[in-house]
Amino acid sequence: MDLVDILLSASFWTATIRIASPLIFATMGELICERAGVLNLGIEGIMVAGAFAGWMAVYSGTGLWTGVAIAMLVGMAFGFLHSLLTVPFGLSQHVVGLGLTLLATSLTYFSYRLALPQVTSPPKIQAFEVLPIPVLSDIPIIGPALFAQTPLTYLAFALVLVVSITLYRTPLGLALRAAGENPAAVAAQGLSVTAIRMGAVIVGSGLMAVGGAFLTMSAFDSFFFEMVNGRGWICIALVVFGAWKPGKALMGAVLFAAFDAAQIRIQQTPIGANISYQVFLMMPYLLSILALVAMSRRAEVPAALMVPFNKGER
Amino acid sequence: MRLEPISNPSLTRTIVPPLIALGSTVVIASLLAMIAGANPFSVLGLILKGAFGSKFAALETLNRATPLIFTGLSVAVAFRAKLWNIGAEAQLYAGAVVTVVLGTGALTLPPVALIPIIALMAMIAGAIVLLIPAILKTRFGVDEVVTTLLFNFIFLLFVSMLLEGPLKDPMGMGWPKSARLIPEARLPRIFPGLRLHWGFALAIIAAIVVWIIQKRTTLGYEMQAVGLNTEAARFAGIPVRTVLIKTALLSGGLAALAGFSEVAGLKGSLTLDLSPGFGYTGIIVAMLALLNPLAVIAAAFFVAGIFVGADSMSRAAGVPTYLADIMLATALLLMVLAILLTRFRIVRE
Amino acid sequence: MPTTDTAPVVLRLNAITKTFGKLTANDAVSFSLHKGEVIALLGENGAGKTTLMNILFGQYTADSGTVEVFGRNLPAGNPRAALSAGVGMVHQHFTLADNMTVLENIVLGTRPLWRPGFDRAGARARIEKLSADFRLRVDPDAKVGTLAVGERQRVEILKALYRDARILILDEPTAVLTPQETDDLFETLRKAVALGLSVVFISHKLHEVMAISDRVLILRHGKLISQVRTDQTDRKSLAALMVGAEVQAPEVQDISPGSALLKLTNVSTPDRGNAPGLKSVSLALRAGQIIGLAGVSGNGQAALAAMVGGLIRPASGQLDLDGHPPQSWSPKHAVHSGIARIPEDRHKIGTIADLDLTENAILECYRDAPFSRRGWMNWAKARTFTRQIIDTYDVRCPGPSTRIRLLSGGNMQKLILGRVLQPGPRIILANQPVRGLDIGAVTYVQNQLLQARARAAAILLISEDLDEIMALSDVIHVISEGRLSPAFKRGTMTPAELGVWMAGDGFERGAAIAP
Repeated sequence: MDLVDILLSASFWTATIRIASPLIFATMGELICERAGVLNLGIEGIMVAGAFAGWMAVYSGTGLWTGVAIAMLVGMAFGFLHSLLTVPFGLSQHVVGLGLTLLATSLTYFSYRLALPQVTSPPKIQAFEVLPIPVLSDIPIIGPALFAQTPLTYLAFALVLVVSITLYRTPLGLALRAAGENPAAVAAQGLSVTAIRMGAVIVGSGLMAVGGAFLTMSAFDSFFFEMVNGRGWICIALVVFGAWKPGKALMGAVLFAAFDAAQIRIQQTPIGANISYQVFLMMPYLLSILALVAMSRRAEVPAALMVPFNKGER
Repeated sequence: MRLEPISNPSLTRTIVPPLIALGSTVVIASLLAMIAGANPFSVLGLILKGAFGSKFAALETLNRATPLIFTGLSVAVAFRAKLWNIGAEAQLYAGAVVTVVLGTGALTLPPVALIPIIALMAMIAGAIVLLIPAILKTRFGVDEVVTTLLFNFIFLLFVSMLLEGPLKDPMGMGWPKSARLIPEARLPRIFPGLRLHWGFALAIIAAIVVWIIQKRTTLGYEMQAVGLNTEAARFAGIPVRTVLIKTALLSGGLAALAGFSEVAGLKGSLTLDLSPGFGYTGIIVAMLALLNPLAVIAAAFFVAGIFVGADSMSRAAGVPTYLADIMLATALLLMVLAILLTRFRIVRE
Repeated sequence: MPTTDTAPVVLRLNAITKTFGKLTANDAVSFSLHKGEVIALLGENGAGKTTLMNILFGQYTADSGTVEVFGRNLPAGNPRAALSAGVGMVHQHFTLADNMTVLENIVLGTRPLWRPGFDRAGARARIEKLSADFRLRVDPDAKVGTLAVGERQRVEILKALYRDARILILDEPTAVLTPQETDDLFETLRKAVALGLSVVFISHKLHEVMAISDRVLILRHGKLISQVRTDQTDRKSLAALMVGAEVQAPEVQDISPGSALLKLTNVSTPDRGNAPGLKSVSLALRAGQIIGLAGVSGNGQAALAAMVGGLIRPASGQLDLDGHPPQSWSPKHAVHSGIARIPEDRHKIGTIADLDLTENAILECYRDAPFSRRGWMNWAKARTFTRQIIDTYDVRCPGPSTRIRLLSGGNMQKLILGRVLQPGPRIILANQPVRGLDIGAVTYVQNQLLQARARAAAILLISEDLDEIMALSDVIHVISEGRLSPAFKRGTMTPAELGVWMAGDGFERGAAIAP
């Protein structure tokens, strides 16, 4: 199987879209936070928490969508904590974010150990099933890829559209963008910068948690440690790569997922088998760094990103 | 709500908020212990006893504090210049790798020469690992938070490759483990009979050296100026890029010493689980110490005590060990808030 | 214009008091504004004018006192309530998002956030009508970041008008305008008054206050000390009221200029985003001369200051120091060549807020003996140096180890002055040296510059304040879009003539205008 075969196979593209889905949720979440002016380094921990919360809810008997909702609420709770410290109190977004990642991750692992103290292999739940869309899913190659996925994947793509429309066509989106460009402009028009920024971080964190939940409820069906494995950080790179625009960030996520899906398959080719598997595992992270360097012009970074707003600062 | 700076904070104002932060951390830990089915009031006691209650425990805490002092210093030095070094983990492993490469027989010299050479080369390796993201920052404006973070993942995989390949112990029965260091490369114990190696003393010395650099050298002054206001520093003629590079070299070198110390002092060989996240914990140590190098020593003791104590408490009371991480994360978040409240008052607007 | 007795009161401030820690910014200030009136709020920097208007607009809450708009009490600390009541504010530092269009900036916040969409066409039509009615030309689809300062102010004003402001507050609106743009602004204000609006105009520029207002309120140290009708006063009385004493214009003696210490010949630099680079600029800084650079900010002053200050090099053309090009050019070299640089922003660039006075004082010279040797700092010598500066330049502070953040603006500027003047520089780059300072500090700084001039230093003075340039400079250049006008000797140009060059017209008409 050579590269062309890989690129032409439906299973490759299906895997790509599936791998991209959690990234899409989390990247949209981070994009919303950053467009409003707040860097949310809690993303990695929130994804872990979301992965566990959603899965645990289903394991305890709730329905799948209820599980997703619970994951979202958990993410929003962490988002509230993050924004409370960084927005009205103006604490360092780096420190709070990293502290929050540690808190969310350790609370998750603690809860997991409490809930399932004796397990050796992670228990499974009945995850989301593939829901093919009639007719469209029969198109060669891209049919199954785009239209034979789980409902959460469809939701991810719909989300990009919703975020895009909200950001660019509604008064709320305008206010959110302005909060990330010049909060003084927002305050001068009688809006509350604090409310907008906190709201953005809360909603964004909820989406990040759903991204984590995708891993345990759609891509796989159980929760294990080291599940998120740096995806959160990669999403931060994807936001930069997408120049803080939802559409471009989506393309970045898909491109990245394609590389990830490809490397698994290349490992099985004769050439690939000669290269250590670690090299392949490194690829996502190296790619992210390259993406950051490529986008380093950063002309489109929100002007007030990471700048706390002190009302009436003298 | 508005924040107003306080020009001359009273002594009460400086001490009370941090104490409340620490107290709240203990309360939250106790609550979680209670949820886990243990006695909440015994949590603190069990942790203290586990950390300092016996000679064995105290030595264990000091040993655990040693790499944390190094990584704490590394992060404190970097953060002070606003260089967000989240990659201390990779730099630590770089130091460990070099220690193993040079210390398993490639060089045969008496310890008084071999150990300093290995330490120096380890520092250089760590410095190079941080240098790459630092150059990406100064030349291309790439944010170093994400690049140093991603480097951690990349480097750990690289170490895994090495341990399964060129560095694999030929007598190791197939485990991914390096060969053992030759005796001349091992850091000796400070006091005979006590399980405390010279890495600890080196860590204390390193803290003092960093403190001297910051207070008394031009580099220390430059690093602080660049960290507080890069634009003003540049305008005044301070060579900002060079200062950031020097900061990266120093910071990377310090983190690498943690790896060197763990391999040459404690473990004697390199495995993938050499560091249970010392690089990341170093961030917490540095923040709790408010980036002050001497306070890093105290903060490292505190954090090490929590880990060692929580290990012991978890065995005694059946509470998952992750409680330690929860305590540290909580302590960190509450501390930065408390520090803010010592300097600013909240005014209703 | 209606008389104050017959027109209804649209705005009333009752005993407004506001303190920030130990500082009393407003002390029981009361006044009324009548419909159709233009009142000027006059006072030097730090008198409390902006604080008062921020209270009115809801960005601060007064400690005591009330505000009534159109007879109704205005809830405190609530910009949205102020906006609904018809109060519109044009801020001194524009509250605009550069990366968004004019239209977006204007409609921001005008629709409830839960509404799903905008009526873009309606908004556009409304903006165009207001634009025509008030003579405020804008392009609704332009990104604000690309606009010149005068255009941005028009957007700020349109923001207020779009929200049906009946009371317009303008905070130091003319600080960034050319004389012609100022005339256009006054036209707009007259139109506004004719359409039933009332205006509060904050300024410290006496001739503008005289030109546009019906009544003048003078604030000093937070108190409203006087109210006069404009037609019953003059500039001299107003100046005296503002400061509380007779104001002396600085005395400038005649000095014949010496040799050119620094010369730029046809120097050009690339544009940087919105900031224009230099376009074939030729300039000579002569000993014993103050060369004033007039111009609206954003026309290349930053590039010229960066060039003289050692931060950038000429992309083409030549820079000569004492007749030949320097071996290398950087801030360090500039300082060592005897160039003193007073930066434009003492808070952001001139000082490092959380360091103490000593650490700030040696920012430029820490590498030289006696402050350090081979990488080791000598803090004792640094403190002695700082004490010298504190004594010589009258820096009011607890001591050399005080954090500089705690000093007032004037004292901070004096420290900066001291640190750059102590070494006895031959060239001084003074970039907005008195911006935001109270009268006492302004006089001090200007006198220091004049004394340096008397000691044969060459001084490049960059200032937005045309009056200051005209009072102090021996030679005036105007900068517009990176181009430098010819040199105009002291006393040969009127503000209006300089304004023509500031607007860029002089460059087109060429040498015909130059004397």
